[in-house]
Amino acid sequence: MGQTLPLFPEAASTLAGNVDALYFFLLAVSAFFAVLIAVLVIVFAVKFRRRSPDEVGAPITGSLALELLWTIIPLIITLVMFVWGAWVFLDLARPPRGSMEIFVVGKQWMWKAQHPGGQREINELHVPVGRNVRLTIGSEDVIHSYYIPAFRQKIDAVPGKLTTMWFNATKPGEYRLFCAEYCGTKHSGMIGRIVAMAPDDFEQWLAGGAGATPVAGGEKLFADLACNTCHKTDSGGRGPVLNGVAGNPVQLIDGSTVVADDNYLRESIMNPQAKIVAGYQPLMPTFQGLVNEEGLLQLIAYIKSLPAAPAAPAAGGSGQ
Amino acid sequence: MPDANQAAIHGGAHVTPAHDHAHGAHHNPNLQHHFNDMAQQQEASTLGMWVFLVTEIMFFGGMFWCYILYRYWYPEGFAAASHHLDLFWGGLNTVILIVSSLTMALAVRAAQLGNRRGQIINLILTMIFGAAFLGIKAIEYAGKFRDNIVPGRHFVWHEADPTGAQAFYSIYFALTGMHAIHMIVGLGIMSVILFMAWRGRFNASYYTPVEISGLYWHFVDIVWIFLFPLLYLLGRHG
Amino acid sequence: MTTNYLNATHGLASWLLTKDHKRIAILYLISITLFFGLGGLFAGLVRLELLTPQSDLLQPETYNKMFTLHGVVMVFFFLVPSIPAVLGNWLLPVMIGAKDLAFPRINLLSWYLYMIGGLMTLAAIISGGVDTGWTFYPPYSTVSPTHVVMAGLGVFVAGFSSILTGLNFIVTVHRMRAPGLTWFRLPLFVWSHYATSLIMILGTPVIAITIVLLALERGLGLGIFDPARGGDPVLFQHLFWFYSHPAVYIMILPAMGVVSELVAAFSRKNVFGYSFVAFSSLGIAVLGFLVWGHHLFVSSQSAYMGMVFSVLSMLVAIPSAVKVFNWTATLYKGSISWDAPMLYAIGFIGLFTIGGLTGIFLASMGLDIHVHDTYFVVAHFHYVMVGGAIFGYLGGLHYWWPKMTGKMYNEGWARVSAVVIFVGFNLTFFPQFVVGYLGMPRRYAMYPPEFQVLNVMSTAGATVLGIGYALPLCYFIYSLVKGPVASANPWGAKGLEWTIPSPPPTENFLVTPIVTEPAYNYNPGREVEVA
Repeated sequence: MGQTLPLFPEAASTLAGNVDALYFFLLAVSAFFAVLIAVLVIVFAVKFRRRSPDEVGAPITGSLALELLWTIIPLIITLVMFVWGAWVFLDLARPPRGSMEIFVVGKQWMWKAQHPGGQREINELHVPVGRNVRLTIGSEDVIHSYYIPAFRQKIDAVPGKLTTMWFNATKPGEYRLFCAEYCGTKHSGMIGRIVAMAPDDFEQWLAGGAGATPVAGGEKLFADLACNTCHKTDSGGRGPVLNGVAGNPVQLIDGSTVVADDNYLRESIMNPQAKIVAGYQPLMPTFQGLVNEEGLLQLIAYIKSLPAAPAAPAAGGSGQ
Repeated sequence: MPDANQAAIHGGAHVTPAHDHAHGAHHNPNLQHHFNDMAQQQEASTLGMWVFLVTEIMFFGGMFWCYILYRYWYPEGFAAASHHLDLFWGGLNTVILIVSSLTMALAVRAAQLGNRRGQIINLILTMIFGAAFLGIKAIEYAGKFRDNIVPGRHFVWHEADPTGAQAFYSIYFALTGMHAIHMIVGLGIMSVILFMAWRGRFNASYYTPVEISGLYWHFVDIVWIFLFPLLYLLGRHG
Repeated sequence: MTTNYLNATHGLASWLLTKDHKRIAILYLISITLFFGLGGLFAGLVRLELLTPQSDLLQPETYNKMFTLHGVVMVFFFLVPSIPAVLGNWLLPVMIGAKDLAFPRINLLSWYLYMIGGLMTLAAIISGGVDTGWTFYPPYSTVSPTHVVMAGLGVFVAGFSSILTGLNFIVTVHRMRAPGLTWFRLPLFVWSHYATSLIMILGTPVIAITIVLLALERGLGLGIFDPARGGDPVLFQHLFWFYSHPAVYIMILPAMGVVSELVAAFSRKNVFGYSFVAFSSLGIAVLGFLVWGHHLFVSSQSAYMGMVFSVLSMLVAIPSAVKVFNWTATLYKGSISWDAPMLYAIGFIGLFTIGGLTGIFLASMGLDIHVHDTYFVVAHFHYVMVGGAIFGYLGGLHYWWPKMTGKMYNEGWARVSAVVIFVGFNLTFFPQFVVGYLGMPRRYAMYPPEFQVLNVMSTAGATVLGIGYALPLCYFIYSLVKGPVASANPWGAKGLEWTIPSPPPTENFLVTPIVTEPAYNYNPGREVEVA
């Protein structure tokens, strides 16, 4: 941040180097072909310039060999680019297990974040260097996009669903945070900074601002919204037992099975009738309008924090 | 439709200036100056209508795409919402449209034979069936407003999956509304064709406007043949 | 003076009610020039605001409207109709030896629909504008307080103009060709317009229904794209790009057709690999429908769907590369003149190459995460849209201007303006690649100070570009008044359009031509195949 005429962005995450390597490969191939074409065009245009008004060109109709050559070579090169690009993408798109999870909500026009320890921040995000950090991102109104150029990472915040992004910062420092998807009047003001800190500094920062953790907030909401009247910890409730559901397969009433990921849990709260767990009645009302995007993320955090109950296997659903 | 109107306005009085090439001993008064002969003109008009119908398929295709996606997302809501549609009115409308396609086909046949009376009767019947379809559609829409199952702020739903049901009705109104607009346009075209038939404009050598209007009418019917099972019969097996 | 299509009848009504495809083309020429000026004005204001990091010239509300209107006007009211509706309309029947398009009345209707759509959009602009971006993404477009429905319906109506033009072209090419003019004797301009027309009739209805659904959502409260009512905002993006990505090829394919004509005419040579160039147009049109998902790599689309779209997007590079290589090979052993149209064609080849290659950067998923929605994308599509489509349009306009008007423009000024536009264009848009990879997001009224130098360069380039655009306007108008009379074939080019007078009579051909040779036959009876 702050140079007068930077020509290349700072790289400050473990994967930024992979993206840059791909970029340089593409740049080299592009430069080669652009220069090749430019040189050929200029050389031909000069060498074969018209010398008399009635002159015509040589009668050459084409060449199958050349056509095949300039079909197959670009084909091979683009396929290499595709495979390489997909490789880099999969690394960027799939958070490793065991990442530290931070919840982010976008709204016109700010980014709100909440750490596992309850620390909240707006338009800033403090993260430790050298740890995998996973952001779970929602939106309260329109589509936004969480973009950290120095990490070469970006993901849309889409209302009605949750998206994830991850990174592992390599250098302490401050980096730009942008909203990349146009979201209305103050779109260009929806910016902030990412503060990457040495682990010790980060612990110190965390200690300064602890509040109610997302799990605690979710537990309170779970009670306030009376979720616990149906979702009990034993199999006697009218709703499924939630212990150990998160991240595991759930059998549905129509016989199919889904994995209870964040988006499944979100849908089950907002639109409970969409997927009914085998062995249960479609009794649950929607909580749309009763809980906001941050509350939702806290509820999901709470459900994910529940220990797997030894008494009742949550999934499998026979004879419940 | 293209040539229907053109020919109407050209009228029989149109005289083409100095044709450079011979194409038969007599000029058909319905031949426009930029075509070589009637066969070329008719082929162009028919191809034009087919191309237009391809764009119509893409137009409805966008909505069918939405339908497929949301039906996959909300099977419960879609089934429940579909049960609220009136199978009687929907079925009656299907029958009406199929019969109207028959009368339309008879009108084309009458035009090919140069039978003016047959054209007029069948076109009027087709228009009556089309209007009846729209009337029944209006009755159905009124029922939706009465029951507060029109998407928006006043949407009320006490059965399974209100979100899915609302998505269903959004698509229901979009699809049937667009179909109804096409029916209204069709009635407009039929009025023009009826007027031309009244004036005795069609005969065995010139009936393209009736034919391509018929293509359009059949297309609109076929769209309904898809809409009816997708919207009304969904989840009613057994 | 002999009777031609321009002086055959007189009076405003004879123009506004004309069924002559050539006069309708002139109507389009005038109207799209006006819209181009309007779109350029909005672009100028955007560039001026971006001189400084703060929002000082325009408030963000105004800035957002400016880039939206720039996009809407340029895409739907300039680029999409530019070459097809002006040059295609004028030339397609002539090139195939016909008296007119198959449906002259529908052709006129297309122009009226275009004007009605344009006026509706103008009404939206005058009554306060619209600020959603030309992409109209919900949910923002359903909550935006601006005139979204009016502008959207303007685009909807203009879309029907496009559909009817495509329909007319397809039927004309199928049914109206002169005797002996087989498919493989057609000029490549006709092939590329045929491919363009396919996209127009297959793609445009989808954006039409998408806009209708959006309007119903705003107006009546349907919930197709609103997550609170069970809808999915990402579905809109799928439907939108199902049209709008192929729409890019609506803009570039006709320009490719023009460049094929220019390269052949100014090398006095048949286009190298004719059938490969012809089929690559169809290949681009077909593949173009299967790649829309590359606009959604960061929108939570599944990774596997993304991979399919990524590999298909890569494949579009192949027919594009085939064209570029074939044009280059056409120059080999040609008789090349450096007239102004050829300068545009050469500029096109260079700039389209850069635009196309940077498209691969965006199709590559791992890289797109970083550059998606940054100025890298803005630079890329301006290299294709301006460096490609507008260079093709201007090149074609210079080439056929003598035929259309019967007058020659000033060649010296034309060469100067081609160079000025080329330089101005590169100065405007090359820095945007750099600032894009640095991470500057698009549609930003304010930006961090480290991006300023590159933005100042870009604005300086835009000034040069603006001057470059103004020059042709001046010498073209001047040529109408004082320009020397053009002969029937001032370039010594092949093609049916050069066999008739400049300007031609209303019915084009007094005697229907009979075609006995392939296109670009500069060496009758001496075609050889190189090994």
